Amino acid sequence: MTMFKKILSLLFVLVPLNAHALIEVDITRGNLNPLPLAVSPLSIDENSRKSFEKILNKNNIGSEISNIVENNLRTSGLFNPLDNKAFLQAPDIANLKPRFEDWKLIKAQALITGKVNLIDEKLRVEFRLWDILAAKEMMALAFTTVPNNWRRVGHIISDKVYERLTGEKGYFDTRIIYVSEEGPKTKRIKKLAIMDQDGANNKFLTLGNELVLTPRFNPASQMVTYLSYFKNMPRVYLLDIETGTQEVVGDFPGMTFAPRFSPDGKKIIMSFAKDGKSDIYTMDLENRIVEKITNHPSIDTSPSYSPDGKYITFNSDRSGYQQIYVMKNDGSDVKRISFGNGLYGTPVWSPRGDLIAFTKLHKGKFYIGVMRTDGSGERLLTENYYQEAPSWSPNGRVLIFYRETKTNAKGEGFTAKLWSIDLTGYNERQIKTPTDASDPSWSSLLSN
Amino acid sequence: MRLNKILKNTLLVLTACLVLSACATKKEVATDIQGQMQGDVYTGTDTVEYLADGVPDRVFFATNESILTTASRETLRAQAAWLRKNSGINVVLEGHADERGTREYNLALGERRANAAKDYLMTYGISSDRITVLSYGKERPVDSGSNPLAWSKNRRSVTVKAN
Repeated sequence: MTMFKKILSLLFVLVPLNAHALIEVDITRGNLNPLPLAVSPLSIDENSRKSFEKILNKNNIGSEISNIVENNLRTSGLFNPLDNKAFLQAPDIANLKPRFEDWKLIKAQALITGKVNLIDEKLRVEFRLWDILAAKEMMALAFTTVPNNWRRVGHIISDKVYERLTGEKGYFDTRIIYVSEEGPKTKRIKKLAIMDQDGANNKFLTLGNELVLTPRFNPASQMVTYLSYFKNMPRVYLLDIETGTQEVVGDFPGMTFAPRFSPDGKKIIMSFAKDGKSDIYTMDLENRIVEKITNHPSIDTSPSYSPDGKYITFNSDRSGYQQIYVMKNDGSDVKRISFGNGLYGTPVWSPRGDLIAFTKLHKGKFYIGVMRTDGSGERLLTENYYQEAPSWSPNGRVLIFYRETKTNAKGEGFTAKLWSIDLTGYNERQIKTPTDASDPSWSSLLSN
Repeated sequence: MRLNKILKNTLLVLTACLVLSACATKKEVATDIQGQMQGDVYTGTDTVEYLADGVPDRVFFATNESILTTASRETLRAQAAWLRKNSGINVVLEGHADERGTREYNLALGERRANAAKDYLMTYGISSDRITVLSYGKERPVDSGSNPLAWSKNRRSVTVKAN
């Protein structure tokens, strides 16, 4: 985290944000009418182009960055980037002053232009967002970073555009940690893996020698907590993904599992199983103090904090079957909130605070859904033979989860993949991974 | 050896199907599976290994349950007798769940199943010092199929020699 922050500093804002633009994208209504916009390739002078080609082995880094922006905005489902073959104006001219009527002609409502050069071995990029119908500039930003960060430049531009047009923070300059899976079901090899939100820069973090499950990001840093069967002892571990150092969390005489961070990143909340019952515990990462939060003969697991840290949602079978509960952070005031047909598991509190996402099992099907934090307004977003483990995008608008599908009609083979779906239930997409994948967890924005 | 067993079973099932095929309805296919299941608890011996002659290594559970069946208790009594005779042997009880559940809940459920077996061994005189419990949740199925029979084989607690 600190490394990224150091490397990537926003240098200056060219023009203050304009507060009353005409274009606005309503993200609560789904993607029925994605906003048509044009992403003009970032212009680049020939000297810079050649230098970047040498450093990054990319023929035209300006177009590469624009492609990232275009792809991000398209996959959000809220925008419809137009085919750049239809663009009439050259990138460098458009960045100085677009001919709005040309862009209006191809039905673009917004235009992104920009330019990239190499200055003192750093990549400097500036970009502008234009409102075509109002014929004015909405935003202009410039920043400098090391050339190797070029993909992140594309993600940051995407985030700024998304934020300017929707009024909400973006989620593109983020990473996903997940479990990579290979081999037959009876001897599955699992490794921790991490990649950018768009699937690029995939990297394996463990070798697959021991079973690993349920990695989760610290919302406040680039730390990860996960379950490892190292030495055949299932325990919760803490991993610093920048230094690679890891440690066991707490000294429990048995299996610890289902870990998550508190919103401030200072505590880990998890289950500890002993003598056939599982209870929820927290451990403070600074002073190592362990607190027991639930005390019940049932299975209490899958805890997740509300974003203000005051409440915890969790999974319990104290009623006889798996249901979702909410309690205060000290374990008092336990209330069951799921009452629909079927079983409910994996509750996870939205970073916006208003919703809890869950997995539901009913009549042989698995559903990913959301409900309000009092259990009202249950909405099922997607149904399938087997899927679970939703994780929220940092802006609380998109859920990522994993799904197993049969590879033939007889139900013999199977494949496990990561999928994302908009909170509205629209825009379901598979996220490509080099191997099978499960248990995704979405990071916070790397830059703020 | 193992393959032979699988082939033989397949043949048996095929023969059974042929015999029934004259009036094959869904009901009769279900009866055939039930030859290896009681309720939804597995009663077959396909996957069972033996700690010693007459001492099966595993017990099976109903969906979402950790209650020991009559057959399971019989198996565990045989294991307890064998453990009493072999006082130098320690065991790991590996608890498992089928794939039709969420991962974390299934880890807890596997632990609960293995503990049900552990409690029973203890009531038959086996010291808890000799028993370690390890849950795999749904991570290590013995049958990779996605059907009720496969799931019933996977809902299990297996007693494994630790030394």
